Amino acid sequence: MGQTRQTARDEGVAASSANGGAADPFADLHPPLTATQAVVEADRCLYCYEAPCIAACPTGIDIPTFIHQIRTGNLVGSAETILEANIMGGTCARACPTEILCEQACVLNAREREPVEIGRLQRHAVDHLLAANGPHPFTRAPETGKRIAVVGAGPAGLAFAHEAARFGHSVTVYDARPKPGGLNEYGLAAYKMVNDFAQQEVRFILGIGGIELRLGMGLGKELKLADLRAEYDAVFIGVGLTEPVPLGIPGEDAPAVEDAIDFIARLRQAEPKSSLALKGDVIVIGGGNTAIDAAVQARKLGAEMVHLVYRRGPEHMGATHWEQDLARLNGVIFRHWARPVAIADRGDVAEVTFERTRLADGRLAGTGEHFTLRAAHVLKAVGQRLAPEGLEELRREGGKLWVDDRYRTSLPGVYAGGDCIARTVDLTVQAVEDGKQAARSADAFLKEKES
Amino acid sequence: MIDLGCRIGGIESINPYWLASAPPTDKKYNVERAFRAGWGGAVWKTLGEDPPVVNVTSRYGVHKSAMGGIIGINNNELISDRPLEVNLKEIEAMRREWPDRVIIGSMMAPMDEQAWKDLAIRIANTGVQGLELNLGCPHGMCERGMGSAIGQVPEFVEKTTRWVREAVDLPVFTKLTPNITDIVEVAEAAKQGGATAVSLINTVNSIIGVDLDAMAPKPMIDGKGTHGGYCGEAVKPIALHMVAEIARAEATRGLEISAIGGITTWRDAAEFIALGASGVQVCTAAMLYGFRIVEDMIDGLVHYLASHGYRSLDALRGRALPNTVDWNQLNLNYDLKARIDEASCIECGRCHIACEDTSHQAIRIEAKAEGGRRFVVVDEDCVGCNLCMMICPVPDCITMEPVDNGLPAITWPEHPKNPARKAAAE
Repeated sequence: MGQTRQTARDEGVAASSANGGAADPFADLHPPLTATQAVVEADRCLYCYEAPCIAACPTGIDIPTFIHQIRTGNLVGSAETILEANIMGGTCARACPTEILCEQACVLNAREREPVEIGRLQRHAVDHLLAANGPHPFTRAPETGKRIAVVGAGPAGLAFAHEAARFGHSVTVYDARPKPGGLNEYGLAAYKMVNDFAQQEVRFILGIGGIELRLGMGLGKELKLADLRAEYDAVFIGVGLTEPVPLGIPGEDAPAVEDAIDFIARLRQAEPKSSLALKGDVIVIGGGNTAIDAAVQARKLGAEMVHLVYRRGPEHMGATHWEQDLARLNGVIFRHWARPVAIADRGDVAEVTFERTRLADGRLAGTGEHFTLRAAHVLKAVGQRLAPEGLEELRREGGKLWVDDRYRTSLPGVYAGGDCIARTVDLTVQAVEDGKQAARSADAFLKEKES
Repeated sequence: MIDLGCRIGGIESINPYWLASAPPTDKKYNVERAFRAGWGGAVWKTLGEDPPVVNVTSRYGVHKSAMGGIIGINNNELISDRPLEVNLKEIEAMRREWPDRVIIGSMMAPMDEQAWKDLAIRIANTGVQGLELNLGCPHGMCERGMGSAIGQVPEFVEKTTRWVREAVDLPVFTKLTPNITDIVEVAEAAKQGGATAVSLINTVNSIIGVDLDAMAPKPMIDGKGTHGGYCGEAVKPIALHMVAEIARAEATRGLEISAIGGITTWRDAAEFIALGASGVQVCTAAMLYGFRIVEDMIDGLVHYLASHGYRSLDALRGRALPNTVDWNQLNLNYDLKARIDEASCIECGRCHIACEDTSHQAIRIEAKAEGGRRFVVVDEDCVGCNLCMMICPVPDCITMEPVDNGLPAITWPEHPKNPARKAAAE
């Protein structure tokens, strides 16, 4: 069985490999399991009691139960178990770094060294429910007459909207972009979200009813927080981190330089992907999953040499080991311990000067030794920060929105969750949990106000 | 090299493995393939009087485990649906071409003396080494007064066995149905009738499953289904028990046993022989994997015998019988406790929840200082039931350790709490 698993995983990487020959380079990174593969894989699950995988899932999905339901042929029930805890179970099944979450906690790591492929099983069940196109699995409580505004139609905002709609509230979701989904639509690598899955999932979430979508309306522009507070009974802020952090070095505005998240967003919206074909070399600066996503996709678009330059070592990278391996398999060249100090525009290419770095007494320090790389494209992926517009009234903490343990901001009736709040985890699955919990908190607040 | 040669019902066989009377032994083509693969003998698919029966489509149903493996199958097939003469000619040819292999003729007739005797003589004339009386088929044939309709009545079992013994001078194997209350009673009847051996078990009556869309039992025949004979690994424990009962009973002493029931590996065969079987018959395992499985059945048994110092199957035969006793002879003071090896524990929690919900609440969860959890057996509450050990997914992680409680061995008849003992003493 271990053999079968390994092959399946290898296929996933192979299909995504830049040297995949005629295969679509943007094909599914982890192809869906066949019905037989799913049952074989489900059979590996030990059905642990108080399973460690549940504790490792930020949304607390009852994993042994949903896998058991796959085993018994109850696929709709399996999907409902997943969606009950995580309405974006479909995206999380595709995008979660399961290697540091549920699959890392799987007890089979100790026994067979290969965990149950929880992510792919989750996708199997959720995809079945979505494809069946049956009635929405959840029903709304009787209409409460309460109206809630959600700012940001990303994972946090949509998870909030779903949960609030279940409680019977009417929700209006605003988003500055032309399409809903947030990073699911604009930020995740194309090979993780094939077949327009982000939109498919949004349609599913809206299927519960009671949620209205208003697009092209951004906070600080078309929307004012004070107006929303006046018009609605509660407000949820899930705007994410939309402003790229600059490198703060000379020449950053050279024409060859682009923010990696903008590059990924362009690619996600481009059809066919080959219309963005790249020539020449690419430099990616940064060490998180966005840097990996940008580097791998640059290779898939035809870039010759892709250099991923990170100021610290592999063990310090925000990207998981699995993501780093994926990049290596796709021919990305890693250059650790170097930071950019200047960019020069040389016509067709940009020349980036790097200084080698090292740790001195636990702090990062330049060595004074320099090297240069030339590339047709330079992608910056050193992080995003909160765009401050429209959020001036809210208390901050470390540049992000402050919330208490019930997702309440410093203003009564205003909640926040997702990447825009102050916490260390910046995963889709955590944003979904934030939205879910914030909705429960807001519901309690509205019911309290009532009584 | 240990020779697996043995005598079953007085018949020399190169090994203890015979194919049971069933679809795999329906014709020369199959039996030839089986002999080439190494089977020591074959009990030909049951022969009846002409005209031959007519079979239905479909014929088999499957019982799978949650893990997808086949636990057992059932079938609604009747006896051979080919003309008697065709079968007899093929048997005769096979006897000629494979002189070192055993062919037993399986037969079935209604409760009519002449019918049994005529058929027995015709089959005996082919040169078969023995006859097997099919008194067990639990589907179809029993509706016509044959098979289990005879096998469920000890008097009929005795009569049919006697008729055949009177008609031919060959070893007679009376094949028993498990669909009865006391197997010893029918085995004794067979012995009274003069049986050389009993073959058991025939299939267990069953409905293998229900098609929840078509709302009919499986397998379906034009929208309807019927009960059929259940066989395969699932029935092995039933067969082991019945074989042991006959081997242990005073009333059936000296009656040889050709064991049948879910035998899939050499280990299964060894278990039946250790409980007193002279040889074994196999069907389902061959149907599921092909005749080649006999290769490891032979090889594995040879290695087992060698590694345990047994020079032949005779040395193994019945070895487990002295330790197969009635519950009344068990030591009530024997004490076992579960032991969990923390180093190999993967912390799945299965032992805890099994004991907590359904046994004696004897496995506690403790948080480990370094993270994770530890499972601790509470000796005072552990009754040594084996449940945790059985369900633990890690081999040898949970073991059952005998503990010395200082108490002498005592059985129920001797036990102070036994009211009957008190009564006897008074």
